Amino acid sequence: MDVKTLWYVAKRLLLAAVTVLAVITLTFFAARAVPGNPFLREGKALSPEALAALEEKYGLDKPLGQQYLIYLKNIVTRFDFGTSLEQEERPVTTIIADGLQHSARLGLVAAVIAVTVGILLGAVAALDRGGVWDRLIMVTTTAFVSLPAFVTGSVLLLFLSERWRWFPAHGETWQGQVLPVITLALYPLATIARLTRSSMLDVLGQDYIRTARAKGVSKPKILFGHALKNALLPVITYLGPMLAYIITGSLVVERIFNLKGIGVEFVSSITARDYPLIMGTTTVLAMLVVLMTLVSDILYRVIDPRISLK
Amino acid sequence: MTDSSYSLPPEAFLPASPTEKSVAPPPAPAVSFLRGGIQRLVKNKVAFAAFLVVAVMALGSVVLPMVWPYTYDVSCGDHYFTGIDPDYNNLKPFQYAPAEEAQQRAGQFVMPHIMGTDHMGRDLFIRVVYGTRVSLAVGLFASLVVLVVGTALGAIAGYLGGKVDTVIMRVVDGIYSLPDTLIVLLLAALFGERLKALIEDTPLESIGANILSLFLVFALLYWVSMARLVRGQILSLREQEYVLAAKAAGAGSGWIIRRHLIPNCLSVMVVATALQIPGAIFTESYLSFLGLGVNAPMPSLGSLAADARADGNIAGNPWPLLFPALTIGLLVLALNLFGDGLRDAFDPKLKR
Repeated sequence: MDVKTLWYVAKRLLLAAVTVLAVITLTFFAARAVPGNPFLREGKALSPEALAALEEKYGLDKPLGQQYLIYLKNIVTRFDFGTSLEQEERPVTTIIADGLQHSARLGLVAAVIAVTVGILLGAVAALDRGGVWDRLIMVTTTAFVSLPAFVTGSVLLLFLSERWRWFPAHGETWQGQVLPVITLALYPLATIARLTRSSMLDVLGQDYIRTARAKGVSKPKILFGHALKNALLPVITYLGPMLAYIITGSLVVERIFNLKGIGVEFVSSITARDYPLIMGTTTVLAMLVVLMTLVSDILYRVIDPRISLK
Repeated sequence: MTDSSYSLPPEAFLPASPTEKSVAPPPAPAVSFLRGGIQRLVKNKVAFAAFLVVAVMALGSVVLPMVWPYTYDVSCGDHYFTGIDPDYNNLKPFQYAPAEEAQQRAGQFVMPHIMGTDHMGRDLFIRVVYGTRVSLAVGLFASLVVLVVGTALGAIAGYLGGKVDTVIMRVVDGIYSLPDTLIVLLLAALFGERLKALIEDTPLESIGANILSLFLVFALLYWVSMARLVRGQILSLREQEYVLAAKAAGAGSGWIIRRHLIPNCLSVMVVATALQIPGAIFTESYLSFLGLGVNAPMPSLGSLAADARADGNIAGNPWPLLFPALTIGLLVLALNLFGDGLRDAFDPKLKR
């Protein structure tokens, strides 16, 4: 790595840190801007003493600026987002860690399938430009980028599980994970296939491919040695958005298939107005996406030397 | 160097005679950019079909609620004196309730329940129509918000350059790496209460605070790609040779902006806006599916699917799930294909 790349990495790291800080600040002040007291919600009557005790316990009696600094300090030093209001005494970090454990496995499998199958289909379509395979792949991927996850998920569940009983509707067995993974993978898979196809066609039209062909390099060698590597560059930039999609998609998928996971926690924390949990989950998930975007941007630069500082 | 074949004789500069005019092929008529684009769009069969689908759905979602005998929020079996008749609940497509069959035997016309009814006896077709209307309206307004905010900031960054440009583009980079849907959910959750109080007793109430916070988030977050696009366009267009040529020919900056910068930016902006609509519809349906979107009883395609899953018997009667699902799939597909066609027809860089 040369100095320029290091400088770029440093700048991106700084930007990522600022973005995460902005998210923490946004969630903190947005949550505090909500009218009313989090302890005085419907159906909960508290005496003034009990309320004061609760406020002291959660540090809500201090001035807002000080609360913010304490919140920030706890996150930075101990990765501590406070305790959940709904699930008594459970630290937000524990709830998130539990949820992520379930979601990460699902998301990782879906991501691996989306990337491998997507690249494969995209390459096949590009090589068969205008042919039957190309058309078939383009039509199906166009359809799948137009279908929200709740549609594909519900329809898969309806037919493959409720009607034909091929797979259980939910459960911790591997059969129970098949439909959620497919639901989650379809959209990024289709996007990656389309990305790969168009960048592959772009690369195959380049002069150096023609030169290689003129020199008599074999077709597979051109494809795998020259074309594919360059054609995959746009796919790398899609990794960040893909993670963001898989995270938000998992909110829907976990609900449809009754799975445990961070998505369920997040949605229920919103409906229950469990502010510490909402803030913590948003921040952690945003951190993940920011990190992934950072990694993919840096990878992109390291792999492609043509991209220079602007 | 005095080779006559390289220089034109003075006669060549005389006006053409009538016979010469009649023999020479007429020049192709000048085609304006807009007309040329529309011609290319109409020739693109897929895009034109997609346009027709979108147009029919949009028109239907406006006109049908005015003429349809059923409403989205009242059970078809709701008779003022006798109360709600549960016979109307969960009808299959084109199935009639016993009371309606009796009416038909008496020679009365009964509007069929094209898509059946839901678990509360409400006509599903009109609910899907309303859901389509909500989706289209949300998509359109969100895209307009994006268009305005993104163009303004992108143009400012592109024109002013320097520090302003750097700051705006750093903000853009930061927002790019945020998971947008999460922020929508967060703001919908946090601002929902406050917005709800603000819009009470206004027409906005039926749409709900969550959808308004969706617009807010679109204004806050989704402008970035539009801003990048507009900024890039302005930066590159300013340096184009034809702008230089126009300047050399004595064109003022007003002429250059009107004739060169705006038309070239406009097509890209229109295409980006068109392609933004399905994205906004996606987000809205997603929120509504999670129960964080439109206020009941106003239906949205997402909430209809969620209701069908939660309250219906989808193994026995899958239609309340399938119809909204198919509708949103068709709508987004048509919008995507139309947007692609628009890009192919109006992006001058792609012109072959």
